[in-house]
Parts: sequence; structure tokens; C-alpha cells
Amino acid sequence: MSHVEDALTAQPVTFPGHGGEEIEAYLAQPLGDGPFGSVVVIHHMPGYDRSMKEITRTFAANGYNAICPNLYTREGRGGASPEDAAAAARAAGGVPDERLVGDVDGAARHLRSLPTSNAKVGVIGYCSGGRQSFLAACRLQFQAAVDCYGAGVVGTPPPQSPVRFTPLLDQAPTLSAPLLGLFGAEDRFPSPDQVVELDAELTRLGKVHEFHSFEGAGHAFFSPNRPSYRVEAANAGWQLIWEWFGRHLSG
Amino acid sequence: MCTYATDTVPVTGSGKGTPAWFPVTETSVYYDHPQHAPAEHTLNLDFLNPSRGPSARVAVELTTDSARALATAILAMLPPE
Repeated sequence: MSHVEDALTAQPVTFPGHGGEEIEAYLAQPLGDGPFGSVVVIHHMPGYDRSMKEITRTFAANGYNAICPNLYTREGRGGASPEDAAAAARAAGGVPDERLVGDVDGAARHLRSLPTSNAKVGVIGYCSGGRQSFLAACRLQFQAAVDCYGAGVVGTPPPQSPVRFTPLLDQAPTLSAPLLGLFGAEDRFPSPDQVVELDAELTRLGKVHEFHSFEGAGHAFFSPNRPSYRVEAANAGWQLIWEWFGRHLSG
Repeated sequence: MCTYATDTVPVTGSGKGTPAWFPVTETSVYYDHPQHAPAEHTLNLDFLNPSRGPSARVAVELTTDSARALATAILAMLPPE
């Protein structure tokens, strides 16, 4: 894999998602001929915002084709801002799992079709996207997966929740990719007990995985624009991500 | 944390969004990560009119103490039922 460090292009694109509907996305690519590994970036619950596009560019700056699909494309049609689309999606109960899988499948296909692709694709997600990364890796074929503090893989949502997601632990047998899990030891969603439960189940199933829980960090410790940011956890987490994707997506 | 908790309250009134006033028909109330306010968690209010699309939204994010103070002030300000 040869790329010019920190040299990249980034642009909005569209691709066919679940049900063939056109999905908006942000595509960032390293300069160079490749071949490059690829990453689908699943945004957090607040949506397809500036911080997620920055993360997508970071993958390209480090030698990966990366795409962040706007999972709220449908709610945002008509020119709504990403924040308004996120609020509408939340009020409507969140993104249905089937729709998520279809949209992520379309994003992965788009990445594999790029002339610089090495055909290896990973998936990473943050917050609600962490759960969705796990879901996508259970339902689709990936070469690597990363779950950043995804709630709802183990356990049920609070009774007041409008987000109608179901636990995913029963789907673990079909996990298609090595999974890196990055969690905050002070997080409540997912709680440390839930992280232990998922870890144990993946071990029982013989699934390749590596979990890290960072002391002093809670939810969303990767977000530099939020008070939840924890520089030690974020720096260590990024290093683990580079090692994980370097191991599984190169060549 | 992502609390995911939301309560939706049917309301009647108006909100001033962009570019103009619009009828408000429901309000989402939730305590979760803010989009903008500099706090880990805030009490978030979305004054909405879903029939006019997702942009018909007046959004407010309040710190916990602010939200409690506001709720107390609202109840104190209202005339007796």
C-alpha cells in the first residue's frame, strides 16, 4: 500500500442503499495508485456531522479509502440540516436494522468498486454506530470490524427509549470479521458488565476479537469537540485502530 | 452515555424557526448528548411540526441545572388551573 501521507481527496457521493434508494455519503480517498484497504464509517446518533466527516478524512490521510453513509438521508430529504435530520430520525424510533444493513452493504460495495481498492473492507462505528458496526459485521462480509462504545449489543434499551433496537448477542455466531472493541470503563451504555458478557460470548464462540476498556473514560471519548473527550483513551484507541486495520486490511 | 430516552408531548403553540414562525404540534423531550451545548449531557427540547418536515424545528439544549430552574420558573409563572 503506497500513499502520500496526509494527502487526500474528499467529496460527497451517492450510492444505492437499502431498497435501491439513493444514499448520500462522504467519500475520502488517499492520493496514490493503491491498492488501498477500505473502511465504512458508521456515524454516531447525532448524525452525519462535521466530526464524522473529519474521522472519515483521517482514515484517508492514513491510507484507507473511507466512506461515511448518511444513515439519515431519508429523514433529511428536502434540504434539512444533519442536526434536524438526526432529530427526526430519533423521534421516528431510530434507523431500522434492516435499513442499516442495506445501506452499509451499499457503502461497502461502493468501496470495493473503486479502482484503488484491494477488495478488503472494514467497518467502524461510534455510539449507536458501534452497535450497528457489530450488526453489519454479523450480517455482511467484512475483513475487520471495530465497535466503539456501542450500546445495545448486549441488553435492552431503557423503557422510555423511542429507539426500537433489539440485542444482537444471538447474532454473534455469524460475526464475519475480527472485532476490535473500544470502551470506556465509566460508560453506562454499554456498561462494563455488558462488555464482559460480549467478550465472554465471543470467546466461547471462538471469534477473533480484542477488547480494551479505558479507565477514566466514559462514552464518546473519541469526540474532540465534546466534554467527554479523553485524550489518553482517544490516542491509545486510534493506535489500536491503526494496528487492527493494518493487520486485517492491508495487502 | 446514550440514554436513548425520549418523551414526546402533543402541544399547541408556535415556534420561531428559520425563516419564520410556524405552528408547533409536538415537542420531543430528552436527556442525552447535545449537538452544540458544551456539556456531556443536556435536557433537549425539540419543538416540532412533523407535517412540515424535519426543518420545522426549534431546538434548545439546557444544562441540568438550567433545565430544572426553567421548569420551576415555568410552573411558577403559569396562572392556576
